[in-house]
Amino acid sequence: MSRVLTADVARAGVPRRLAGVDRALPVWAAVILLLVFLMALPLGWLVWMSVGAGGGVSLDHYLAVLHSPALMKALWNTVVLAFWVGLMSVAIGAPLAWLTARTDLPGKGLIRALVLASFVTPPFLGAFAWVMLAGPNAGVLNVLWRDVTGADGPLVNIFTMSGLVFVVTIYTFPYVYIMIANTLALIASDLEEAAAILGAGRFTVARTVTLPMVAPALVSGFILAVLQALALFGSPAILALPAGFHTITTQIWALFQYPPKVEMAAAVSMPLLLATALLLLVQKRLLGRRGYAAVGGKGGQRRPIPLGAWRYPALLGCLAVMACAIFLPYGILAKAAFARAWAQPLTWSNVTLGNFTFTFFEYGATRAAIVNTLELGVATATIGAVLVALLSYITNRRLIVGHQLVAFLAFAPIVIPGVVLAVALFIAYTRPPFVLYGTLAILFIAYLTKEMPVGYAQSDATFRTIPPELEDAGRILGAGRLRILRDVTAPLARSGIIAAWCFIFIGVLRELSASIILFTPTTKVMSVVIFDLKEEGQFGAIAVLGLAMLGLTFATVTLVQRALGRDVLGVRE
Amino acid sequence: MMLTAVRLMALLTAVVLAGNAHAQDPRLEAAKKEGKVVWYTSLALPSAEKVAKLFETAYPGVKVEVHRTGSERILSRVMQELQAGIKNVDVVHTSDAGHFVLLKSKNLLLKYTPAGVDGFPAGFKDRDGYFYGLRATVSVIAYNTKAVSAAEAPKTWKDLLDPKWKGKMVTAHPGYSGVIATHVLALVNQYGWDYFKQLAQNRLMLVQSAVDPSGVVASGERAVAVDGGEYTFYQTKKKGNPVELVYPKEGVPLVVSPTAIMSFAPHPNAAKLFTDFGFSREIQQVMADSEGLYTGHPEVKYPADKPKLSELKLLSVDPEELEKRNEEIKKRFVEFFGA
Repeated sequence: MSRVLTADVARAGVPRRLAGVDRALPVWAAVILLLVFLMALPLGWLVWMSVGAGGGVSLDHYLAVLHSPALMKALWNTVVLAFWVGLMSVAIGAPLAWLTARTDLPGKGLIRALVLASFVTPPFLGAFAWVMLAGPNAGVLNVLWRDVTGADGPLVNIFTMSGLVFVVTIYTFPYVYIMIANTLALIASDLEEAAAILGAGRFTVARTVTLPMVAPALVSGFILAVLQALALFGSPAILALPAGFHTITTQIWALFQYPPKVEMAAAVSMPLLLATALLLLVQKRLLGRRGYAAVGGKGGQRRPIPLGAWRYPALLGCLAVMACAIFLPYGILAKAAFARAWAQPLTWSNVTLGNFTFTFFEYGATRAAIVNTLELGVATATIGAVLVALLSYITNRRLIVGHQLVAFLAFAPIVIPGVVLAVALFIAYTRPPFVLYGTLAILFIAYLTKEMPVGYAQSDATFRTIPPELEDAGRILGAGRLRILRDVTAPLARSGIIAAWCFIFIGVLRELSASIILFTPTTKVMSVVIFDLKEEGQFGAIAVLGLAMLGLTFATVTLVQRALGRDVLGVRE
Repeated sequence: MMLTAVRLMALLTAVVLAGNAHAQDPRLEAAKKEGKVVWYTSLALPSAEKVAKLFETAYPGVKVEVHRTGSERILSRVMQELQAGIKNVDVVHTSDAGHFVLLKSKNLLLKYTPAGVDGFPAGFKDRDGYFYGLRATVSVIAYNTKAVSAAEAPKTWKDLLDPKWKGKMVTAHPGYSGVIATHVLALVNQYGWDYFKQLAQNRLMLVQSAVDPSGVVASGERAVAVDGGEYTFYQTKKKGNPVELVYPKEGVPLVVSPTAIMSFAPHPNAAKLFTDFGFSREIQQVMADSEGLYTGHPEVKYPADKPKLSELKLLSVDPEELEKRNEEIKKRFVEFFGA
């Protein structure tokens, strides 16, 4: 805080303050224009489409949504799904975060690595794996259950709302984990120790001291998890449709069937958009409150809380969660990749490399899709990383009037779920003057818009750590703003920018909800091919492509860890 | 294994010879210049890739770009692309004959008669000459022989309404598959919508493609498939899976899958070569042999372990009616089955 102040005072005293705008102005202007263009045009079209009817404005489409039991049912299902995912994510993520951040749990490093793995696993792959694990009859867990117990019914039926909640939760709880673990890392343990000295047991301390301090982070994590569940397309499509129910995202997608009802899709998108915006507002309010003086700052030491006899049971609990999220799904994917029939035991006669040869050599769409994915990934990540670096530079150095607005705009896409963004882009770019549908460009725009908030957050954090004094020194020595950016700031920010690059790249790799509406046969990406194969029940090929996708993801994660010199979850030890 | 290899070699030779016979075809040079043909097809993916490979072997220098998805998805795709002014597809092949009625009425099809279709039965030919049935299948019931004995297996469509099957059956989706759209209309004409309303009481698992029920039944995830392309069940059974097919004696929906060249095809010569190739006796025989499909070709021989089309009571649907009731079919199905 004081640093920023000094810098401001220093700048105010320098007569060249206005000159600071100098040649850089066009760059800033262009960047901001781009932001408006990426979002204002599609969203404008979206709103217009939802209220436009025969040249005039009407609420007919909204009324039609209200009067369609199917659409209302889908909305309700989404509410149920999101609420439970939020709750369950907190129930799993918070204890896990506390255990790894605050206690002497053995194997903390391992658990953190596994949480990270769950964080980057594309949820639709997890859902697909769980079809093989817990399909009520052929799912291997249920087959095992019947063999062992002689029971008639299944142990779990994944094709249900609770099955869907479960699968979505095991890939969403890391959001809560990150929130809580980061907050716990900022809370000094002196308050807790004081309580302990006064005679409180360690669980009483956790309940009466720690819990209230992390409460805002808990609610915030809950909201993040809810938002994830609201926007998800792949898992409901894989688990809810076979069970005969829609969520709002699958319903929007279904509205694109011939004859397409784009206006209805636009109208149904609105509640999703508004709900997301509202939840984020609540979250911002919550985190913005300054009533938690004990959180933040550099407090005293943090001593791990001894778990005593609970150490190993707690570890077992953590591993059980990770078995559901990682071990079992990855295992069954590997099995399906090498098996002729995934439901049969992996005997010699059932082992084959045929799935690999089919996927990579016989199925023509695969290679094109991999190339498209990589091209889009590299392009989006590169341009995106540069863009967010510029944006966060502008906002951190307060270079222009209205820099708060820039920060807001950079974060704004976070309120747009992928499916809604895709509907908006579809409407905006299938008609003149910008016909981009059918090109990779429309996917590029979608990805860039969608990944911007994540990239911006990372980049913003980076620039916060770079003091402006070095730049001021450069100014005094006569360098222009752009030269300083290149010679002084960029080298300091390099690792942070690489991290932003990787985050965007991973995001593009796993993107399904927008791609599924925007792709054309020549612009398929890996996730879309996997989804296509799913609809035809080609399990072997999906497993192979899924493993390839995971391989790419983890390679990128390794890169990001190298660049940052710490793990991606961002928890300071 | 050995036998398959020998048969494949023989097949390749036959196909290459067939290709050579057309080698003087003046369209070949033009097709090579175009370089490829873009094929939107609803034929099961491995089968479609096989046909493409055979064509590429017979006509080196002309690639086939296979885009496989469900019939209904293909129509959505084609229409969306047109709306955006994209001209990408050359040959469209779906299992929903109604699509071709629609495309024809919008002047989107090229009038082209493939070589060798003269002997095809009337049901395989558009009377105006815009589209022709490349292959056919029937929609049947299938069950997992480990879960259901032959005695207790359903024999008729109405047997599927028995509550004892509750939670044990799977259906594919008419919003995705042309085979299923045709199936639904054929049975609606037979029994009315009430049949599907009652069927839905048995809480079916919903999959998308008419290819998928065979996999679901083979894995044992569900005991009975209430519909699905017969050729996919046949292939699954041939691979040694515990699947048995039932051809209800009240009749089985016949699904003739037409193919047509688009009027705006960017690679018209390659498209014509590819279409002719598909109707050649060799390829029609491949479809019958290894894929288990029926065809309209009078000289094609069928595997002995499959009933002949002439031995089955067939329920045919009129493409015009299929086109007119397309939306109704999807809407009511979703209404009954939930998604």
